[in-house]
Amino acid sequence: MTDIYLMALAEIVLGLGAIALMLVSAWGGPASTRAVSWTAVALLVGACVALTGPESYGGISFNGLWRADAFGAFAKLLIFAATAACIVIAPGFFQRTAGDDLRPEYPVLMLLAAVGMAAMVSANDLLTLYVGLELQSLASYVLASFMRREARSAEAGLKYFVLGALASGILLYGISLVYGFSGSTQFGFIAEAYAGTQTLGLLFGLVFVFAGIAFKMAVVPFHMWTPDVYEGAPTPVTTFFATASKVSAAALAIRIAVTAMGPAVAQWQQIVIFAALASIVLGAVGAIGQTNIKRLLAYSSINNVGFILVGLAAGTAEGVAAMLFYLAVYIAMTLGAFVVVLQMRDAAGQPIEDIAALSGLSRTRPALALAMAVFMFSLAGIPPLLGFNAKLAVFQAAVNAGLYPLAVLGFVASVIGAYYYLRVVKVMYLDAPAPEFGGERNLVEGGLIAASAVFVSPVGWLLLAPLGAWTAAAARSLF
Amino acid sequence: MLAVPALAAVACLFLRAEQARWVALAATLIDLALGIVLWAGFEIGGPQWQFVERGADLGVFRWDLGIDGFALLLIMLSVFLMPICIGASWRSVTDRVPEYMAAFLLTEVLMIGTFAAQDLLLFYIFFEAGLIPMYLIIGIWGGANRVYASYKFFLYTLLGSVVMLVAMLYMAYTAGTTSIPALMAYDFAPGVQTWLWLAFFASFAVKMPMWPVHTWLPDAHVQAPTAGSVILAGVLLKLGGYGFLRFSLPMFPEASAELTWLIFVLSAVAVVYTSLVALVQSDMKKLIAYSSVAHMAIVTIGLYAFNRQGVEGAMMVMLSHGLVSGALFLCVGVIYDRLHTREIARYGGLSSVMPRYALFFLLFTMASIGLPGTSGFVAEFLSLMGTYQISTWTALICTTGIILGAAYMLYLYRRVAFGEVRSEEVRAMPDLSGRELWLLAPIAAAVLWMGVYPESFMAPMRDDVGRLLARIERARPAGDSAPTPGRGVPVAAPAHAAAESHH
Repeated sequence: MTDIYLMALAEIVLGLGAIALMLVSAWGGPASTRAVSWTAVALLVGACVALTGPESYGGISFNGLWRADAFGAFAKLLIFAATAACIVIAPGFFQRTAGDDLRPEYPVLMLLAAVGMAAMVSANDLLTLYVGLELQSLASYVLASFMRREARSAEAGLKYFVLGALASGILLYGISLVYGFSGSTQFGFIAEAYAGTQTLGLLFGLVFVFAGIAFKMAVVPFHMWTPDVYEGAPTPVTTFFATASKVSAAALAIRIAVTAMGPAVAQWQQIVIFAALASIVLGAVGAIGQTNIKRLLAYSSINNVGFILVGLAAGTAEGVAAMLFYLAVYIAMTLGAFVVVLQMRDAAGQPIEDIAALSGLSRTRPALALAMAVFMFSLAGIPPLLGFNAKLAVFQAAVNAGLYPLAVLGFVASVIGAYYYLRVVKVMYLDAPAPEFGGERNLVEGGLIAASAVFVSPVGWLLLAPLGAWTAAAARSLF
Repeated sequence: MLAVPALAAVACLFLRAEQARWVALAATLIDLALGIVLWAGFEIGGPQWQFVERGADLGVFRWDLGIDGFALLLIMLSVFLMPICIGASWRSVTDRVPEYMAAFLLTEVLMIGTFAAQDLLLFYIFFEAGLIPMYLIIGIWGGANRVYASYKFFLYTLLGSVVMLVAMLYMAYTAGTTSIPALMAYDFAPGVQTWLWLAFFASFAVKMPMWPVHTWLPDAHVQAPTAGSVILAGVLLKLGGYGFLRFSLPMFPEASAELTWLIFVLSAVAVVYTSLVALVQSDMKKLIAYSSVAHMAIVTIGLYAFNRQGVEGAMMVMLSHGLVSGALFLCVGVIYDRLHTREIARYGGLSSVMPRYALFFLLFTMASIGLPGTSGFVAEFLSLMGTYQISTWTALICTTGIILGAAYMLYLYRRVAFGEVRSEEVRAMPDLSGRELWLLAPIAAAVLWMGVYPESFMAPMRDDVGRLLARIERARPAGDSAPTPGRGVPVAAPAHAAAESHH
């Protein structure tokens, strides 16, 4: 009996911790922010440690609602690490923003979102999936509008909420169709139904479920909310959306596509191929005209999700392993880039988001510019940075699965993407310097930037072999 | 060899300008010394791959290095030109020196890596990574229109390469290995070969550059700083030729034979067209850039001649062109540093103002034309001779390129060095300084050495050429020249006599 709880130990730790911290913050008020934040980070570290236990690979439990395996453990590790980073970078940002102080609800909401995400990636049942998704979404809506006095933040929260609710509706409708035509909400039984005769209802259910997940992943054609929400939300929250949320949504897509709808690969493969190519192209083209760095990174995330989906389109264990590897690298690149954005402040210490403000950064802050250049070249997929290895892995899976047109088109579109990443580098290195950034430097943020930059630089090659083995093991646990 | 400049590059970033210059120079000289040790230790007639270094398995690819004769010579070219580049930018670059030196050292690492890589994907990584420092060198330290040029350079080359990457992935999957020596012995199905060949062609043709995808080169050359041009012309262009030699020919012999016509047509057009374009240039660097395209076309026809003369000639053209065009860019750089213009019309009469400079400039002009006694003659003669055996028409058309080359180079030299001194500024220009003399003299010595005794350079690659020819022998197209022994001379002689008497 205790085994069952050990299988979900990480989530239990986080869930109980979040509730306790909520009480603390209710009594302690704004004064307790610091303590609550660091406790939350400690809880996340504890959850990561809990993931290392053998029970985390224990299999299906809770009467088929839950599945603890290597895949889930890997995805959760990424999610928890990203969440912890997003909590750590928040105080600096809110301190500098006039009028809106950081309140202790922020880490609590982050924890709750992390629990939701963990439930999503470990789901073995459509209901677990839905509950996890909603927990994560509701926390995210609040987080997006966390800067109460900023109109853009409120707009972002509202937009995210309305569109997110619509997407949840679509997903729920798909779930009901799948349930109706397969007779179960458990992935194992659904897979059996898809392996049998394909009915129109099952097909519709599949399409709706994918549409709902596509919204969460911000995949074209369900991406419209992304730039607005990313721009309006406070930067640490945007970082959270771009990293942890992406991982959970992508992992969820893998989980449901492979475990529940694996036999229907021919059906969803078309959807995924279209979505991948459309995201790559639109993410690349849409970013070209942007002047706001957060909007640019939003389009960049759409573009990158497209590449991640290329691995899913392959529909093989190799493809899934490549996706997980891509996600790990993507988190480091995106996190690093957003923390650099956090350093962009005017003389009074107020955040600025104009790309033009980066002008001549290589003269005023050479180390910061170098780190940003590393992230940009890595996102563009230029070797010898790790972003290239990630792209290589997903495309190798696609080529090995015989999807040559997808590989060729995807690579050609990546050249379009290279253009706007290059533009950021150009602004930093080639243009005349803009006024130097104000505000004091933050040791934690600097450390995060440095760590991410070193990870995606060729030094990260040392990690390629262990990471490859790890992702391969994680992917095997699904098939 | 890779570690020295890599460490120096990192060190440069933390140093002040003057220190960075010395560290960079020291690092490149150490690499040159290591290169000489490498050459001395290279066993001619020994195994194909020497100095093999089996590294760690990095997931999908391996860190495997090793060189054969082709790679050895091109690595030598790189390490030879590198200290000269650093020297050339000693005084002309005053802005952000540490970054500049770091970018150059990084370029050196990547170039050596490209030539030494024994793994398909490792090759690609080095090949592509070279774009980043080059982009920065052109973009930060380039001329007025540098942003446009750097973008064009980067995106053009990247687009060509990604297609090649897909082909590489396919090859890795089909053959089950990414090891270059193994792939060189693997036979792909002929139909597939054509596609793979075209994919590689897309990348190498841009890099080479072949007509009509050469348009990035004049822009990049003109805007790049002097040392950037030297590296671009001297070594980066050779990556294309090396790629054909290492991948296209041995891995896809049938497709190569089948598509030889494409290479010949494009090269023949390139030779004539770019030579004519060079004739009307008013910017010195642009003129030399167009002449580079013409010379690289002679490399490609030589490579696809499928015989010993052609391949050896192509290799020699690459080495010779690397030295000569690098030296010509240096010559332009020397007077650009004095007058800050590359307009040919602004100069004139330099032979009386700067006699030593004029002498070196003349030597390199002659080498570029292919005068006997210089490296250019040996190289182009071999290459064209090889081509003649396969396609007389191509050889004929390309030979006109030599005549046109003489025309535009001599025309350039006349306008710059002879005639009247145009202005007081020109009259006041000092002759070569000691530093500049030390930059040009080693290249001049190498050019003459290669022209007088090319055997030193041919010996290391002889076995490799033999292996390459053995590999592609089965696909070799029949030539149209077909000289029958004993028939050509007697028949030709009476005809010749008849023509004489007719006059």
